[in-house]
Amino acid sequence: MRFLRRSLTVAAKDLRSELRSKEALNASLAFALVILLLFSFAFDPTAETTREISGGLLWLVFAFAGTLILNRSFARELANDCLDALIASPVPPSALFLGKALANLVLLLAVELVSLPVFGVFYNVRWTPYFGPLLGVLVLATWGLAVIGTMFSALTVNLRLRELMLPVLVYPMIIPALMAAMQLTTVLLAGEPVSGDNWLWVRLLVAFDVVFTALALALVETVLLG
Amino acid sequence: MATLAADDLWKYYGDFPALREVSFSVSGGVCLALLGRNGAGKTTLLRLLAGLARPARGSVTILGRSPREAAARARLGVLGHGIAVYDELSALENLTLFGRLYGLAQPGRAALEWLERIGLAHVRDSLVREFSRGMRQRLALARALLHSPDVLILDEPFTALDDRAVGLIQDLLGQALAAGRTIVMSTHQLREALELATHVALLVRGRLAHFGERTAEMVADPGWLYRRYGEA
Repeated sequence: MRFLRRSLTVAAKDLRSELRSKEALNASLAFALVILLLFSFAFDPTAETTREISGGLLWLVFAFAGTLILNRSFARELANDCLDALIASPVPPSALFLGKALANLVLLLAVELVSLPVFGVFYNVRWTPYFGPLLGVLVLATWGLAVIGTMFSALTVNLRLRELMLPVLVYPMIIPALMAAMQLTTVLLAGEPVSGDNWLWVRLLVAFDVVFTALALALVETVLLG
Repeated sequence: MATLAADDLWKYYGDFPALREVSFSVSGGVCLALLGRNGAGKTTLLRLLAGLARPARGSVTILGRSPREAAARARLGVLGHGIAVYDELSALENLTLFGRLYGLAQPGRAALEWLERIGLAHVRDSLVREFSRGMRQRLALARALLHSPDVLILDEPFTALDDRAVGLIQDLLGQALAAGRTIVMSTHQLREALELATHVALLVRGRLAHFGERTAEMVADPGWLYRRYGEA
């Protein structure tokens, strides 16, 4: 219980800081909306084309825009050496990591949930009929992105080129989760339910989240202290 | 049992040994002034003592435990080079946050009490980014003392402060010392440090050149120790 309470304290602190500065949130949201707009100019979104590319397009936008938020996760602790104070406190590094991953999840989901209606308008896609299952896919895939991104944010926090290094490290790692999310989102935006073989993608997403969350919680102390 | 002990500490940056064979121990009620020129290894040693980095060789114990054990960290207060408070949060939010992280029963109340003690109660809801350097340093010291730690590790606590702020911080550290806490602080401000210190250590190029009680000679002539070890 104490572990979870401390994680939630860290998450609340990160969210409060971000909502006051809005540095990452504004940049990520603006980036997502601009990319959606530019892609809508790049091709003629007929119903068939849109059906085929919707999942892929949406998740590429989420992944690109998401790294702007993930980059700030540990970088925000560099000002005033706040990371040292957190590491020196009795909070286990795994609780610190979990709190930061939860805050990133909330911020990433916020960007995604604002982008989704915009995507629906630009590409004439009805995303509401299967919003429940779609939200489930968003949460599962975004948690995978948040866990991998938060871990690499910790790993790259002291690098001068961290803004460049984070995407280079994160994108290859999240390919399985992205593939599953793209496939499931395409199905749901086409107005079809998740059934049959598509459950395999759901299981892949869940397994990805469980494995990488466990790995990150086990390794984060080594990452932070060297 | 020593409150804080370092045993044969070595730390490398690449191939360069920043610390070599550093061993000492201090008990409760001791204030150790850690002196040395720039690059002598003071900050590196303090980071190892605080568990913020791992030594290449040797060990640190705080009340018999590794500084990486949560039970040891709960009894440790750290004030590093940076002030380690959040600019986007208010003074009250900062102290309450750390009170929660340290598991205090009433973090909000403890935060308010400390804001009174350091004279920042009137700006408790102001964001830290609006504070002067002296106000930030006072808040940072309150953050380090909030959970009544047995061991305080301070890196340059008097830097860039005016006389009034130095006096307040000396008072707070004096009270902590009187309460039996152990203080290890690095500083270049010899006079302020030696007024408070009970013991003095001098690092010279990563080695502990001197460790012993503070003497009247040191207080009368703060540069004496440096001259004795050829560091003047």
